[in-house]
Amino acid sequence: MADQHREPDVRLELFSQSRFLSGARALVGNIAQRLGFSEIECGQISLAVDEALCNIIKHGYQQRSDGRIWISIWANHDEPSEIKVVIDDQAEQVDLEAIKSRDLADIRPGGLGVHIMREIMDEVLFEKREKQGMRLTMRKQVQPADRSAQVGRAGNVTSLKRESESENG
Amino acid sequence: MANPEQFNVLSETHDSTIILRPQGEVDLNCAPALREHICDVQQHKPEKLIIDLADVPYMDSSGVATLVEAMQTARRSGGQLILCCMQAKVMSIFEIARLDTVFTIVPDKETAMQ
Repeated sequence: MADQHREPDVRLELFSQSRFLSGARALVGNIAQRLGFSEIECGQISLAVDEALCNIIKHGYQQRSDGRIWISIWANHDEPSEIKVVIDDQAEQVDLEAIKSRDLADIRPGGLGVHIMREIMDEVLFEKREKQGMRLTMRKQVQPADRSAQVGRAGNVTSLKRESESENG
Repeated sequence: MANPEQFNVLSETHDSTIILRPQGEVDLNCAPALREHICDVQQHKPEKLIIDLADVPYMDSSGVATLVEAMQTARRSGGQLILCCMQAKVMSIFEIARLDTVFTIVPDKETAMQ
């Protein structure tokens, strides 16, 4: 886990307002695309982040518009490429046992966010932050089939990797 | 597209069928506007309500929740809710939520009208 020892590649801070969701989705989707995820997967990774942000806005901050949310993204280009997204907030802490997917056979509006995140991402980890708020860590690796499907975009991935290597010295 | 000012819902009526065509991304920001439109037309208890999703490139669980509520309202009043022209990215969330077999989803408006 090399990323544990380095700063995130991208960090975004936003208020707990739903009007900023589309911008956050676009950013995450773009980074995922450059890592070689398929178009559908890029949309799904954006969706997972969107669902996490929605939960923080709706349940964490109870629709308050002045809450702070920090999104940190690591774009790891090692084989296999991986995106890691960490979302921190200062909202009310939640009992970790209470965070679970609901029974999908119960057809009713709402309550799908955690299921969607867990279904899409390889790893979804909720934690209580030391003093205040919650931290959500999500990871997803590019599968070999995805990379082979990205032949047309290989140049982008390579150039991003070179930029990253250059920045890291 | 998630700005409510950029989100719009077009509406058509054919006899006892109402077609709603939302235009834009349906997320936590815009789902309330879609819900309002759907609630308005469902007050008239249409026999068939078609939601044409051709111009919806993205939907999150807030949008899905709005459609689940609409489907349940339609069933209670003996009506039918049909989703059509769903883009692949939007279909993806219905599959993940295992709702692709719960809704009536058809490829195009013509099929929905039949």
